Amino acid sequence: MEALDGNSIGGALLEYFGREMTTATGSCRHCGAAWQIAELMVYSRAPGAVVRCPSCGSVVIVLVEVRGSTQVHLDDFALDQSEAV
Amino acid sequence: MARAALPGRLNWQLATVVELRDETASVKSIVLDPPQWQGHRAGQHVDVRLTAPDGYQAQRSYSIASAPEDEHLVLTVERLDDGEVSPYLVDELTPGDELELRGPIGGYFVWEQSQGGPLLLIAGGSGIVPFRAILRHGTAVGNPVAVRLLYSSRSLDEVIYREELIGLEDDGAVEIDYTLTRVWPDDWHGHRGRIDRELLEEVAWEPSEQPLVFVCGPSGFVEAAAQALVENGHATKRIRTERFGPTS
Repeated sequence: MEALDGNSIGGALLEYFGREMTTATGSCRHCGAAWQIAELMVYSRAPGAVVRCPSCGSVVIVLVEVRGSTQVHLDDFALDQSEAV
Repeated sequence: MARAALPGRLNWQLATVVELRDETASVKSIVLDPPQWQGHRAGQHVDVRLTAPDGYQAQRSYSIASAPEDEHLVLTVERLDDGEVSPYLVDELTPGDELELRGPIGGYFVWEQSQGGPLLLIAGGSGIVPFRAILRHGTAVGNPVAVRLLYSSRSLDEVIYREELIGLEDDGAVEIDYTLTRVWPDDWHGHRGRIDRELLEEVAWEPSEQPLVFVCGPSGFVEAAAQALVENGHATKRIRTERFGPTS
């Protein structure tokens, strides 16, 4: 399965966070590599998506759609302080 | 730990279809009038949602083809025969219909004058769509930076915006190199074959000129082009990519 990139989850993140998130910066909690969300690898698995670190391949974000609303599990992607939500 | 979902703050809105334009045999531009549109930046996309009579919903992302300065919002959609959304958009939609969308979305794959140049745009197939927005926006603000476009298509018949691109090139807005990967006319003077390091070396600005590079197309195309750029010495932080998948 080919990966998309973080641009493709921009709408879901905008809905969830209420602001543009594809340019938000942070780092992988597994390997420490720093990324903008748009640069992450996205594997769509309806109804949701798994987002992986391009450096180490670890899952850093999971999106799950439940009854028409998106839940975002961002535990393994450490958003930079200025991006905190 | 799960966060509680917040009520949707990016609202879906209905846009009226004003006009449909044939671009190629499988590609149409959908001209829209979204009454609540707040404006957008060149390179952004929207999500489009279709709802079946039984309530089943399918949603896809489409790049915005119009410049912020244009009167209408334009999406350009390629029909994928096994797609859930694009066959409806390309074959069934008619003027006067309403389409549900949300956006604009994205801040990464965006070009504005303040980002400067020179600008290198690399498109594979319908990856040209956000670049139409960027080129039209560049023209609207007086073509402040030099722009080169490298556009890869399977055949000449599949080149989207062909006449408009000729016009933009004639106006000095952009220098364009085409490469055709499957079939080409006997008298074809453009490039042949997939984008590789040699072609990029010939077409791209030198890495020392620090071009800002945007690459858009199918995942495999974007991956190959971005890797070749890096191998040619372009800085990864000057390369922005947007991939689209086969499921649209």
